[in-house]
Amino acid sequence: MQMHIWQNNRMALPKMNLWDIFALLLTVTLFATIAYSTKQITAPYHPSQLLTIQLSEKYLPLYALRTVFRMLIALSISLLLTFTIGTLAAKNKHAERIILPLIDVLQSVPVLGFLSITITGFMLLFPGSLLGPECAAIFAILVSQVWNMILGFYQSLKTIPEDLKEAASIFKLSSWQKFWRIDVPFAMPSLIWNMMMSMSASWFFVVASEAISVNNQKILLPGIGSYIATALADKNRIAVGLSIFIMFIVILLYDQCIFRPLIFWSEKFKHEEDETERTQQKMPWLIALLNKTRLLKILGDYFDTFTYQFVNCKWLLKKKASQEITKAKIIFSQMLIYFWYVSIGMIVALCVYFLSQFIFQTVTLKEASHVLLLGVYTSIRVIILIFLCSLVWIPAGVWIGLRPHVAEKVQPIIQFLAAFPANLLFPIVIYFVITYHLNVNIWATPLMILGTQWYILFNVIAGTTTIPKDLKYATVNFHLSGWLKWRRFILPSIFPYFITGAITAAGGAWNASIVAEVLTWGKTTLMAQGLGAFITQVTTSGNLPRVALGISIMCLYVLFFNYIIWQPLYNMAAKRT
Amino acid sequence: MTNLIELRNIKKIFKKSEKKELLVLDQINFNIHEGEIIALLGRSGSGKSTLLRIIAGLTKPTAGEVRYYEKPVLEPAQGIAMVFQHFALMPWLTILENVSLGLEALGVSKKESRQRALKAIDLIGLDGFESAYPKELSGGMQQRVGIARALVVEPKLLLMDEAFSALDILTAENLRDDLLDLWTKSEFKKNSILLVTHNIEEAVAFADRIIVMDYNPGRVRSILHIDLPHPRNSGSKKFQGYVELIYKLMTKTTKAEIIDIGYRIPEAPVTKLMGLVDQIGEVQKAHKTIDLPTIADDLLLDIDELLSLTEILKLLQFIKETPEGNIELTEAGLQFEKADILLRKKIFSTHLLIYIPLTKHIYTKIHDEPSRRISKAQILKDLSAYLSEEEAQRVINVAIEWGRYAELFAYDDNAEELNLENPI
Repeated sequence: MQMHIWQNNRMALPKMNLWDIFALLLTVTLFATIAYSTKQITAPYHPSQLLTIQLSEKYLPLYALRTVFRMLIALSISLLLTFTIGTLAAKNKHAERIILPLIDVLQSVPVLGFLSITITGFMLLFPGSLLGPECAAIFAILVSQVWNMILGFYQSLKTIPEDLKEAASIFKLSSWQKFWRIDVPFAMPSLIWNMMMSMSASWFFVVASEAISVNNQKILLPGIGSYIATALADKNRIAVGLSIFIMFIVILLYDQCIFRPLIFWSEKFKHEEDETERTQQKMPWLIALLNKTRLLKILGDYFDTFTYQFVNCKWLLKKKASQEITKAKIIFSQMLIYFWYVSIGMIVALCVYFLSQFIFQTVTLKEASHVLLLGVYTSIRVIILIFLCSLVWIPAGVWIGLRPHVAEKVQPIIQFLAAFPANLLFPIVIYFVITYHLNVNIWATPLMILGTQWYILFNVIAGTTTIPKDLKYATVNFHLSGWLKWRRFILPSIFPYFITGAITAAGGAWNASIVAEVLTWGKTTLMAQGLGAFITQVTTSGNLPRVALGISIMCLYVLFFNYIIWQPLYNMAAKRT
Repeated sequence: MTNLIELRNIKKIFKKSEKKELLVLDQINFNIHEGEIIALLGRSGSGKSTLLRIIAGLTKPTAGEVRYYEKPVLEPAQGIAMVFQHFALMPWLTILENVSLGLEALGVSKKESRQRALKAIDLIGLDGFESAYPKELSGGMQQRVGIARALVVEPKLLLMDEAFSALDILTAENLRDDLLDLWTKSEFKKNSILLVTHNIEEAVAFADRIIVMDYNPGRVRSILHIDLPHPRNSGSKKFQGYVELIYKLMTKTTKAEIIDIGYRIPEAPVTKLMGLVDQIGEVQKAHKTIDLPTIADDLLLDIDELLSLTEILKLLQFIKETPEGNIELTEAGLQFEKADILLRKKIFSTHLLIYIPLTKHIYTKIHDEPSRRISKAQILKDLSAYLSEEEAQRVINVAIEWGRYAELFAYDDNAEELNLENPI
């Protein structure tokens, strides 16, 4: 039985401390700096460069390919960053102190809000070329996945059993060999799972980042996202349907040809201690098929030889000449550490100075409080949505989880649904809201959770399937039924799983609010009251200081909810398992 | 005989907190000769595994020096290999790849490393498992891989860290015999083994020389030469004589320890204390002398558990040491043994308050508080002068279990609070 859960790695981090505040300060200043420095420059975007998206169906597969390609580039960069930054955080405590809080804060930053600022930056970097928006889109995908991947890798490295590390030292493996023979393989199951999960979430962002309005200009990158945006502007219902269909195919291929085979393959890296967690998965058809051919064997042999050469690469085998610790070396490293902390202190001072300048010059207090109020509206939406979703998906998930043969069939479908970019389905809702003149403040709300509600369902199912058989028999034996059974047995058993799912769902909802609070169909645009709508609005009008303000406040809200609600609940759940 | 390893005045201090330091090893001096099999015997907390890691070059001693062929050991030395308690095999590598790991690190060519690994696999009886993954193998087979991985680098000294203790008795004996066989009959003869263990029989069956460690701090208590030819018969009178001798050596109280609130209460769950009292009572009723090795066997306790339990029972004045080095129930112990559950709780609570300072401390502290409740953190703070935080947590948890059983106080885990409330 599949027992993976959708995990948000941040909750397992150490408690908040002064470093978090520093990280928050640094991040907010970063936005402010970019916003400030690009305020006067309205990046000229040559109309000649403007791409018209062809709505003819023959272009669609090509657009889909472009989208996938963007995704893969971002994934490769993410992996590289994961290996370097994750390792650095795990091996160096001075770096760890700043990297972890920084990631915690950056993870709370709404990716799509980010986009408008970075796109301006990248456009300045590559003036008059599509490369700017292209980089910005890849960057958006990157930041939507990389933090969780780094944290997952970092946590794996931190939990490598002591005796494996000792064995590596005793047998004198070099650092390079250790990394590839111990660190990476040990982290592999969680790395693959995190990567696949992050990638699932990224489909949403790749679609959203291909068509974006900045500075009253609509920038379109060839891809499925821009195709559907153009279709919406054209009120072309067939094209909308077609793009949903193509995306369906792409996700299906991704799920069947990448996701499932990789997860299956990563099972072999599991350490024996998680033996109980071992999932007895069916072999994916692709692997079964390849196993029948000789191709896999030949490729496997080449791969083995290659990895052997790579891991035992001669020039990386050089050992440290001696372990001698001279006094000069100690003094030097102490100086370095000292310098590191002094520069951090200086950065703090600079941040404070710059931020105060920035805030008092461009943003009024009244405006800030107005944006805070908008944040309250969006918070209320998120809370109600999580509540409603739980009301629906907990009973459904438990029902499924208690029936293993149903769960087996349903789980892959949910994984698929979670990967499907929900924003492609927005047009359907938009169409109804606009045709029947529904209240946008209410009816746009469900869109926020459309894509992320699956995390709740998925985890509730996973939680229910892990309930030991003995406990089930015991409840039957004592004739537990009705509400009592739920209160004393089912709800407590699934609680930790539910919490992890709800955290992910809530985080996703905040992010989605940026696209879900503004609905466009042809020339009609409807806007709900909320922080997400505010960010979209100021992005479209190119008001970068306001964008920075909006993002910072959303970031604060997400952090606030994490520390006030989710972290205590998570700790409580962790204590009971 | 040439000295392979020399240990000179090894001392190890773990810094537990800013103020608190824990002396783990002190004044360790002994040599390991070529071709010698040594067992390092001691209960948990005697620092024997730490000592092994110091010899391996994995940990640095606070003071003193390890010399390997006259050269100081500062990092893992080539020629010293190790077999781990829980095997430490890489689950993602096949048996062949696992065994080749050490050769790969030495930069041996792929072809040669394959040949040598296959030979080692052959030697330890793992033929046919080369392409298997560790998780397909039983514990005993996995440990064979662990041994093959160590042998393949042709070590001068093989370190074994409780290498048989994760295996069941039958498997452990079989593997031990095979290893001894290999050692006494082959080219490995001139190489040495250092085995860390807390199993007395294992040490007697295996070693030429047994170094018995004292604990808290770990010092060398005594060194015994085992003058028996291999293969040894564990049923023989001489063998059993050695075992009993070492048992007495290890249980004897050698020094008067100060028992205050900082006393490191060992793991001694209530049910096991009860069980041991019952067992001793039964033997005593049959008018037999209480022979610890037999009791340990009957109750399936390892020496660590047994020593912890007897230590607490002695402290609670339920058992005492006879002049011959055996143990028996005291007056109070006999009374306790006869009592029903409720009376037992009563006797237990009285003895806890008199003989265990920590439970008394908690008890009076709760009563001094007008609200009749104190937080666990407060007790932790009181202990911080004596113990590391982790150790204090453990000790408090043991005390809480006793206190709850004796109905001296209650504990609310959600609030982490000790109180006098009884659940309705």
